[in-house]
Amino acid sequence: MEHVNTEHKTHSHGYGIYVLVWLALIALTSITVTVAGVDFGKLALPIALFIAAVKSALVINYFMHIKFEEPIFKVFLLLSGTTLLVIFILTFFDVFYR
Amino acid sequence: MSQSNGAVVNQLHRDDLGAKLGMWVFLFTEVLLFGGMFLVYAVYRFQFSDLFKLAALELNTGLGTFNTIVLLTSSLTMVLAIVAIQKNKKNLSLFYLASTIGFALIFMVVKYFEWSAKFSHGIYPGSEELLNRQNGEILFFGLYFVMTGLHAFHVIIGVIIIAVLMVFVYKNKIVHDNYVKLENGGLYWHLVDLIWIFLFPLFYLIH
Repeated sequence: MEHVNTEHKTHSHGYGIYVLVWLALIALTSITVTVAGVDFGKLALPIALFIAAVKSALVINYFMHIKFEEPIFKVFLLLSGTTLLVIFILTFFDVFYR
Repeated sequence: MSQSNGAVVNQLHRDDLGAKLGMWVFLFTEVLLFGGMFLVYAVYRFQFSDLFKLAALELNTGLGTFNTIVLLTSSLTMVLAIVAIQKNKKNLSLFYLASTIGFALIFMVVKYFEWSAKFSHGIYPGSEELLNRQNGEILFFGLYFVMTGLHAFHVIIGVIIIAVLMVFVYKNKIVHDNYVKLENGGLYWHLVDLIWIFLFPLFYLIH
């Protein structure tokens, strides 16, 4: 049974936690659909994006297991997220202040 | 489980951490691919916000919501397939994988009806009906078809990957103490879900 190589530290969760995350995702979906029906004007887009970000965080942390992974995964994710953000911000500077 | 010399032979080199990290690098290239399109979307939505709203009214929010739920549920069954294999329940894992494929196919069928409805109204890239409209609307539908089209392409690839994973599980190539392939397939599938989480409000929920 012993393995010498790097491998799973089995963070074996039951089925329950994933069902809960799924319920939260469904709830957030119905919230974002409902909120879209209300006229929030300029706030509508930030609200929709915020809800999408919360849903992403749930998917990444639980379904994609990042919450339970080694720190190197979090560092990598942070690095790639920041890269994408920088690309967006730099482009927006170019577009808006042309 | 002897520690004798003979036991060393069946210890093939295995690096699950490296395999997953490699998968994450690939996922990041995918995020860049879609990220570029989201960037184009953001810039044009800023420039043509009213026309984007007008064009978005023609999309079917009900079908979009339904597909969102279908895809989220397929993500759940994907992760449950991993839990099942961890608990050494092979048949249950196969069942969850089959369900994931089932949900993916439902997603594609709904997409088919959505797109055919658009086509029958003469709205498709380069159509006369579309080109007679204003630039903002042309851009909205162009982005809609390219982004949801590329996403749907990823769904099809995902179905193929999950089908291959099912064969691996069936042939005991993926087992309770060696399932990194299943995890990586899962990561891909969740990314597909993740992209849809942003596509859905940006295209279907502008009012």
